[in-house]
Amino acid sequence: MDWRVAEVVNVVAETPRAKTIAFDVPGWPGHRPGQHVDVRLTAEDGYQAQRSYSIASVPDGTRVELTVERLEDGEVSPYLTDELRPGDRIELRGPVGGYFVWEPAQGGPLLLAAGGSGVVPLMAMIRARAAAGSDVDTRLLFSSRSWEDVIYREELERLGGDGLTVVHTLTRSQPPGWAGYARRVDAEMLAEVGPSLAELPGVYVCGPTPFVEAVAEALVQLGHEPHRVKTERFGPTRG
Amino acid sequence: MPPIISRGFRGRRDDDAPSGRVPPGQYVTRDFPVLSAGPTPHRPLEQWDFSIVGEVDNPRRWTWEEFRALPSEEVTVDIHCVTKWSKLDTVWQGVSVDTLLDGVETAAEYVVQFCDGGYTTNLSLDDVTGGMAWVVFGYDGEPLEPEHGGPARMLVPHLYFWKSAKWVRGLRLSATDEPGFWEVNGYHNYGDPWQEQRYWGD
Repeated sequence: MDWRVAEVVNVVAETPRAKTIAFDVPGWPGHRPGQHVDVRLTAEDGYQAQRSYSIASVPDGTRVELTVERLEDGEVSPYLTDELRPGDRIELRGPVGGYFVWEPAQGGPLLLAAGGSGVVPLMAMIRARAAAGSDVDTRLLFSSRSWEDVIYREELERLGGDGLTVVHTLTRSQPPGWAGYARRVDAEMLAEVGPSLAELPGVYVCGPTPFVEAVAEALVQLGHEPHRVKTERFGPTRG
Repeated sequence: MPPIISRGFRGRRDDDAPSGRVPPGQYVTRDFPVLSAGPTPHRPLEQWDFSIVGEVDNPRRWTWEEFRALPSEEVTVDIHCVTKWSKLDTVWQGVSVDTLLDGVETAAEYVVQFCDGGYTTNLSLDDVTGGMAWVVFGYDGEPLEPEHGGPARMLVPHLYFWKSAKWVRGLRLSATDEPGFWEVNGYHNYGDPWQEQRYWGD
C-alpha cells in the first residue's frame, strides 16, 4: 500500500484537547466508515514516526478528515494538533481495516459505544448514515470526562432524531443542572440505552482499553452475542 | 518518491532503543497495549483443551492439566504489533510448538491457529517449528491475563503480533494456505515486521 502526500486544508478545534485536521489527498481511493489510516512524519534528518488514526469523515473525493486527541506524552499527536496548519504536508496511507466497519446498506439497529476520542470511527458511521438518509435505529452512548470534552457535541445535537439517539455520560465533572448519566458505562446503562437484545443490534465499541474491556464484558453479560460486538481499543493498559 | 519532510517535526528519539531491534515504522513502548476485535473470552480451565487437528494421522488433544505437564520453557523475545508498537525483552513461559508436534505425521505445509472467540490466523508450518513458536501460559512469571490472551496464547515473535493468536485452542494443519481473520480484512498474509508487511500489497 503506497504512501500518499496529504496537504492540510483546514484545522478545527473540537475540544481543548482534540482537533480535526482535514487533508487533501490526491489519488485517495475512498474508504468505508470505521476504517483508519497510517500517518507518517519525517524530520529534517530523515527520522520517521508512524501512527494509526481513525478516519472521521465520510467518503468525499480526495478529502480525508482525522480527529486527533493530544496525548500529553505523545510523540505524534502533539505535532498534529499543535503544529499543523493549512498548507503543511505529511504522508498517509490507507484506508486500512475491513472489520470495524459499518455502511448504511448493512442496516441495523445499531448500538455505538464511545469512550472519548473513540467516537471518531463511530462518527464516520453516523455521518455516513445521515448522508445516506438512513433512518436505521442507532443509539450512541458516549462517555466523556466533562461537557467541554465532548467531541462533535454540536454536530451530534444537530444529527439527533430520525432514528439517531445520542446519550452522554460525563464521568469526571458535569455542568450545573446536568440530569444525564454521570458515571462510567455499566450494564444497567447499556440496557437502558438499548436497542433491545431481541432486535439483535450490531454493536461497535471504541475507546481506551479499560473502557472497551468493561463495556464489552458488560454487553456479553447482558446477553449480546460476542460475535456481534466489534471492538477497537487504543492506548496503554495497566502495567 | 522521497519522503515529505514534515515542517517542524523533530520527533522523540528513543536513545534507549537498541539499534537493530526495532523494525521500520515501529516505536518502543513500555506499556503492554491490548488489541482485540471483540470481547475478551473467559474460558474456565476445566473446559479448556488444546488440539492438533486437520491433516494429521492422529489428532492430538491435551486438557489444561495435561498441557501444563508438558515440558515448558521460558523465552525472552521482542514483539512487534502492526499498530506500530514494539515491546522489547518480553518474558514468557510456554510450550514449544515443536513439543506439541513431536511425532505428528503430516504432509501439511500450512497451519491455522483457532481460538475461543472465533479468531483465526494462518501461517506456514515452517513458521511455527524449529524453535520459532510457543503456546504460552505465563507472562513475566505470572499467569497470562485474559485480556492478553489467557489462559494461553500463541507466541510467534518473528511475525507481527496478530499472528500470535490470543485464547488459542489449537492448530489445524492443512495442505493449503487459508487466510485468517485479519488476513481477509486487509492485512498482509505473511506479516514480516522487518519487511514492513502490514497490509495487502506491502
